[in-house]
Amino acid sequence: MSELETQVPSTFDPFADANAEDSGAGTKEYVHVRVQQRNGRKSLTTVQGLKKEYSYNKILKDLKKEFCCNGTVVQDPELGQVIQLQGDQRKNVSSFLVQAGIVKKENIKLHGF
Amino acid sequence: MADENQNDVKEEVPEIATFDRTKKKKKKKVVISESTNNSVDKLAEKTENLAVSDGPETAFSGLKKKKKKTVESSILKEENGETREDLDERTGENEEGEGIVLGASYPWEGSDRDYHYEELLGRVFNILREKNPELAGDRRRTVMRPPQVLREGTKKTVFVNFMDLCKTMHRQPDHVMAFLLAELGTSGSLDGQQRLVVKGRFAPKNFEGILRRYVNEYVICIGCKSPDTILSKENRLFFLRCEKCGSGRSVAPIKAGFVARVGRRNAGS
Ligand SMILES: [Zn+2]
Repeated sequence: MSELETQVPSTFDPFADANAEDSGAGTKEYVHVRVQQRNGRKSLTTVQGLKKEYSYNKILKDLKKEFCCNGTVVQDPELGQVIQLQGDQRKNVSSFLVQAGIVKKENIKLHGF
Repeated sequence: MADENQNDVKEEVPEIATFDRTKKKKKKKVVISESTNNSVDKLAEKTENLAVSDGPETAFSGLKKKKKKTVESSILKEENGETREDLDERTGENEEGEGIVLGASYPWEGSDRDYHYEELLGRVFNILREKNPELAGDRRRTVMRPPQVLREGTKKTVFVNFMDLCKTMHRQPDHVMAFLLAELGTSGSLDGQQRLVVKGRFAPKNFEGILRRYVNEYVICIGCKSPDTILSKENRLFFLRCEKCGSGRSVAPIKAGFVARVGRRNAGS
């Protein structure tokens, strides 16, 4: 019986392939949607990682109009352009981006609480 | 002010009770390690059974193995449905619920009808539970206590049992903290009593949600849902290795990503 015990786990590793495939985790290009708290109950939403081909300003314009909030495009030295919106617009933004066909749903990563 | 906060916390606790599995109450709906993904679960079940088959009654094992494979998932379901209904009647003896029959007479005794599948299944599990509890498939549930949160002043939040939770997850506080702060989009640090103080106002359930994501991403084994895992860094990549089934996967490094400047302008640089 003890023999069996030692043999079973080592002979067969059912996850061998899974390991190989999975090793690229984190390399997928996500669009990150985050919130940050400001003072009081104010907050702000940031959208990072949209494809560079898109015109950020055009998207921003539509977002602003759609959610009736202000916003801006910020140039970050490392992360490139980032859209910033007033208020917690995470849900709005992600559904908008998906509906407009700008990002696929599985490529959006919602952060925050 | 302080009083008010206390009340606040207390009020919110019952809501979170689901997070806590020590109390054997109405939980089981929102438990962290509960799988949504059945197929993965089955896979895990299979691997478990690989280990199971070398149990003491080897003569039996072939037969048993088959049974269990097809069935374990259904038993889980059954358990869930059942416990929700007759919770009230047997909160005390919860875990042993189905085991009561043991030793007592079986339902088929005294008649020569055919055994029902479910009954036989119950019997097997009762025996297993009695002789080899660890093989019975009652997953040892890891208990995460709900986050306790206090407000410090108006602008800071103190996560009181942060260390405690890190310990139950077996993760470095630094790693958990990095994740929490990145997700909350704020800054924070540990204070003298090893509590996590973060800037901003957050409710316990905010922390809970984030911790839940943390557990899914950095603690739970995808294969077998076991929280017995080890997180290690191997040449720039974080790897999660399962102690139970031996599977491993790489996990994404924690990145805060873009952090907008908030607060007074021209205050800093
Ligand atoms: Zn595992």
